[in-house]
Amino acid sequence: MRKIRILIAKPGLDGHDRGAKFIARALQENGYEVIYTGIRQTPKQIALAAVQEDVDFVGLSLLSGAHNELFPKVVEELHNVGADDIIVFGGGVIPNSDIEFLKSKGIRAIFGPGTSIKTIVDFIENESKSRNSKIG
Amino acid sequence: MNQNQEIQKLVDGILNKQIRYIAKAISFIENSEYKIKKPFLKLIFPYTGKASIIGITGSPGAGKSTITDKLIKAFRNDNKSVAVLAIDPSSPFTKGALLGDRIRMQSHTTDPFVYIRSMASRGALGGLSQATKDAIKVLDAAGFDIIIVETVGVGQSEIDVVKVADCVVLIFAPGFGDEIQAMKAGVVEIADIYVINKADLDFAQKLFKEISDIANLSQKQPKPAVLKTIATNTFQESGIDLLKKEISNYLNFIKNSSNLAKKRQYFIESELIDTLSKAMIDKILSNQNIKSFFDKATIKKIYNKELNFYTVIDKIMEAI
Ligand code: B12
Ligand SMILES: Nc1nc2c(ncn2[C@@H]2O[C@H](COP(=O)(O)OP(=O)(O)OP(=O)(O)O)[C@@H](O)[C@H]2O)c(=O)[nH]1
Ligand SMILES: [Mg+2]
Repeated sequence: MRKIRILIAKPGLDGHDRGAKFIARALQENGYEVIYTGIRQTPKQIALAAVQEDVDFVGLSLLSGAHNELFPKVVEELHNVGADDIIVFGGGVIPNSDIEFLKSKGIRAIFGPGTSIKTIVDFIENESKSRNSKIG
Repeated sequence: MNQNQEIQKLVDGILNKQIRYIAKAISFIENSEYKIKKPFLKLIFPYTGKASIIGITGSPGAGKSTITDKLIKAFRNDNKSVAVLAIDPSSPFTKGALLGDRIRMQSHTTDPFVYIRSMASRGALGGLSQATKDAIKVLDAAGFDIIIVETVGVGQSEIDVVKVADCVVLIFAPGFGDEIQAMKAGVVEIADIYVINKADLDFAQKLFKEISDIANLSQKQPKPAVLKTIATNTFQESGIDLLKKEISNYLNFIKNSSNLAKKRQYFIESELIDTLSKAMIDKILSNQNIKSFFDKATIKKIYNKELNFYTVIDKIMEAI
């Protein structure tokens, strides 16, 4: 059976890592294999790490306000390395008014402060079901 | 596409050094039963045996990942391509895993001649995961010169790395109290090279002396080197270049003395037995006749002492 693998990453210069670490741990406790790559990653680094690790999801965390610029860049870099099938989602301090824009750029969902882990797990399970299961 | 075509596509991708396929192949190995992945493994087997395999092991937090990061740099300076398998433990309760080794190696992520893969131990207890050995074959077939395997943080008995690595580097760091005492039983003897990391901390010198004494008593050929490193320093001041030299010297020595051939034959022998047990179990469980020997009713009879446990085993063995 395929185990779901998730990369949790922080693009850009934002040093707020509590939320990312919290999410990484919470997802591990829900049975996923989680790779955390630490702070200060470029979108290209994130995309290449996602490919090397063969993850199903990339979860981005940003509290600095740079999400409208950096989240779409990650989606773009994944596209550049032929990994459009990897699902991107995110969280952090993100105004509701930005969510529509981010979704239009290929970020599947945004989870802000106070989101229950169950909501995030339900999202992962639903999205996984709709991914077709090929070799690997 | 059918299964065979998909497998052929994976193999072609690996031989063409395409990272996406290498990564997919490792997941395939991790997620599939023996009989599903066997046709794939059979196809890549002829391309294996060229890479040098280095095992990095030691207690939790000793600095294995930080040292691996700098070792990658040292080998890249020599123009060698490097692949890393970094294993971290899975939770026995949730089956999930938090794989954090990669954080220390992120500076190499964009180097096309470096591949880093985190693996969860998935219940295996020897410091590696079930799939590690076959993942090494994928990386070997893909043509990486050096394959570094970082084990989970080890305690006393996790020594599976000796069944896959040409050279085992055992890392110590001061600040773990009676750790050497606890380790003496098994782990200490597996090292081909000893490293005292965190040489910037108190008691590093004391630890260095203790390990040097152990290394001196070793019957191994060549006698294990003992080195001090400060992996968090700049590359030039970390001592890792020297570690790379010792590893290269060691690999050259065993190559020229036919010890490498002996080691590799020992790997094959232990893997034959492991794989054969898997293949046998597959065969037994897929045979309906044999399966009826241990259905629920039989187990109940054994429990009630109506049947002798060992008679049942004898009968199954006869039926195979
Ligand atoms: C703690 C904190 C700090 C700590 C950070 C410690 C650390 N290592 O993380 C310190 C003191 C260092 C700090 C520094 C700064 N901070 Co500060 N900080 C905060 C604070 C108060 C709380 C953040 C936090 O840790 N929350 C707890 C965690 C668990 O919540 P979370 O990260 O939001 O994560 C949750 C969700 O967002 C979501 N989530 C998050 N990531 C992800 C990812 C995925 C994939 C998913 C599914 C979900 C998800 O799930 C989590 C659980 O519900 C916030 C204010 C706030 N209320 O958010 C300001 C805040 C983020 N900081 C701010 C600022 C400006 C700074 C500084 C620039 C300077 C300053 N003025 O203080 C520096 C910059 C630091 C740097 N290097 O980047 C601003 C950002 C403004 C903006 N966005 O426009 C905020 C919003 C405060 C404010 N209102 O002005 N900060
Ligand atoms: N002072 C000092 N700290 C070091 C040195 N090398 C590594 N560290 C720190 O030790 C901590 C653990 O380092 P890692 O490289 O993650 O150790 P590890 O053995 O890979 O850990 P696990 O994989 O979790 O078992 C980190 O905070 C490093 O920065 C060193 O030479 N000196
Ligand atoms: Mg580590």
